[in-house]
Amino acid sequence: MKPAPFAYAKARSLDEAIALMGENDARLLAGGQSLIATLNMRLSAPELLIDINGIGGLDGIALKDGMVEIGALARHAAVERSDTVAKHAPLIARAMPHIAHPAIRNRGTFGGSIAFADPAAELPACLLALGGEIDAIGPKGKRTIEADDFFKGLFETALGPQDVLTAVRVPTATNGMRFGFAELARRHGDYAIVGLAAAAKADGKKLGDVRLAFFGVGETPIRANKAEAALAQGNVDNAVAALDLDPSDDAQATAAVKKHLAGVLLRRVTAQLLGREQ
Amino acid sequence: MSAHVLDIVLSVNGDAVHERVDARKTLVDFLRDDLGLTGSHVGCEHGVCGACTVRVNGEIVRGCLMLAAQCDGAKIETIEGVSDSGAVADLQDAFEKRNALQCGFCTPGMILTAQELLTNGGATDRDTIREHISGNYCRCTGYHAIVDAIEAIAQTRGNK
Ligand SMILES: Cc1cc2nc3c(=O)[nH]c(=O)nc-3n(C[C@H](O)[C@H](O)[C@H](O)COP(=O)(O)OP(=O)(O)OC[C@H]3O[C@@H](n4cnc5c(N)ncnc54)[C@H](O)[C@@H]3O)c2cc1C
Ligand code: FES
Ligand code: FES
Repeated sequence: MKPAPFAYAKARSLDEAIALMGENDARLLAGGQSLIATLNMRLSAPELLIDINGIGGLDGIALKDGMVEIGALARHAAVERSDTVAKHAPLIARAMPHIAHPAIRNRGTFGGSIAFADPAAELPACLLALGGEIDAIGPKGKRTIEADDFFKGLFETALGPQDVLTAVRVPTATNGMRFGFAELARRHGDYAIVGLAAAAKADGKKLGDVRLAFFGVGETPIRANKAEAALAQGNVDNAVAALDLDPSDDAQATAAVKKHLAGVLLRRVTAQLLGREQ
Repeated sequence: MSAHVLDIVLSVNGDAVHERVDARKTLVDFLRDDLGLTGSHVGCEHGVCGACTVRVNGEIVRGCLMLAAQCDGAKIETIEGVSDSGAVADLQDAFEKRNALQCGFCTPGMILTAQELLTNGGATDRDTIREHISGNYCRCTGYHAIVDAIEAIAQTRGNK
């Protein structure tokens, strides 16, 4: 299908983008890899697309005060190739190859993925597992939102209608930190049926500060708090038993299958966290 | 300024192009309908099949998920361009020899996608090749012959 008619504007600055959003039924256009697909299918029909790809300074990847900062317009392919990300945010580096396919990673942006907040997407879950933060700018100025407070509902975030997400930050990995990532998808690059991104502190043979962020099992990426506590006690069987996820059936799998697979992934990721990957 | 119709200037297969386009026109529709470059195909129109693959500023993208209006100032290369230049002649031969195409609908996208992997030196093994073409659907061949063809060219180019 073809999209319904809309107008197009290329924003030259954040101020211009914010002003344009205030006047119209408008949508920001970043990589377009989710937005244009929904327009083509006429799932959405905004009056105006505001292309932010021409705004300078939003695609950097850099170390900043003990954090790795990734600009909203950094393309998935650039994040995938980044040495800084590989070294200081290894969880994100591990997730990148699972996001769609090469041609889509050449266009899709980090910020677009977080702002779109697909419940089966990898990056929102990574952000949650890492305890990251999100910078946004709107008519009232700049603010920073914790990942734990950002994902509000199905495709719904803490961003207001005139907010632009400008950057995302995650703490740099330290020696004592361990990360785990696994997902199950029907075809490589498809959205996950179920996935898990995890971070923990290695504490002798035990784990501390466990953060488990599941995706594909709810309306947002979800922390499994009870399983986190059980895993910190060192018992993976208890952690699997403590999983209190409540997925719905979807086109890919039934709720029962998803719950089962979540347990399978938790065992795999626990092995990664304990350095006993099979 | 916002507009429903825009004038764009771009390079397509090395030629300078000036055109007036609807804001909602996708890049692949622009190439096919306005420029008559029908080698890029339109399958799903939502990013899933890869039939519309073209190069923008040297990188492969989905022609159905970019607007023509976004390509003002860009350098576009299509299967027609890379065929004429001879850059993929060996790959095209290998596809033909190994029956890596039947109806040919997916082939332009496959060739451009494979070429990116080969140029980056990434076609190291069959799994990597499969992963790289995972976003390109072929309804006819079952993929084995396609992987064979790409693998063969990775070897011959690597040995040169
Ligand atoms: C076939 C296919 C498979 C895919 N598979 C996966 C997958 O497995 N995992 C995955 O995570 N993704 C997948 N994607 C989606 C891809 O990762 C997208 O790139 C991403 O979800 C959105 O990023 P974008 O830059 O393309 O955003 P766009 O499509 O441009 O925008 C998406 C939404 O976010 C808003 N937005 C974008 N940027 C900002 C910003 N800076 N501030 C505020 N709002 C903003 C837009 O207004 C729009 O509503 C897939 C896409 C396709 C077509
Ligand atoms: S037509 Fe573009 S990916 Fe299918
Ligand atoms: S040869 Fe027919 S779709 Fe691939």
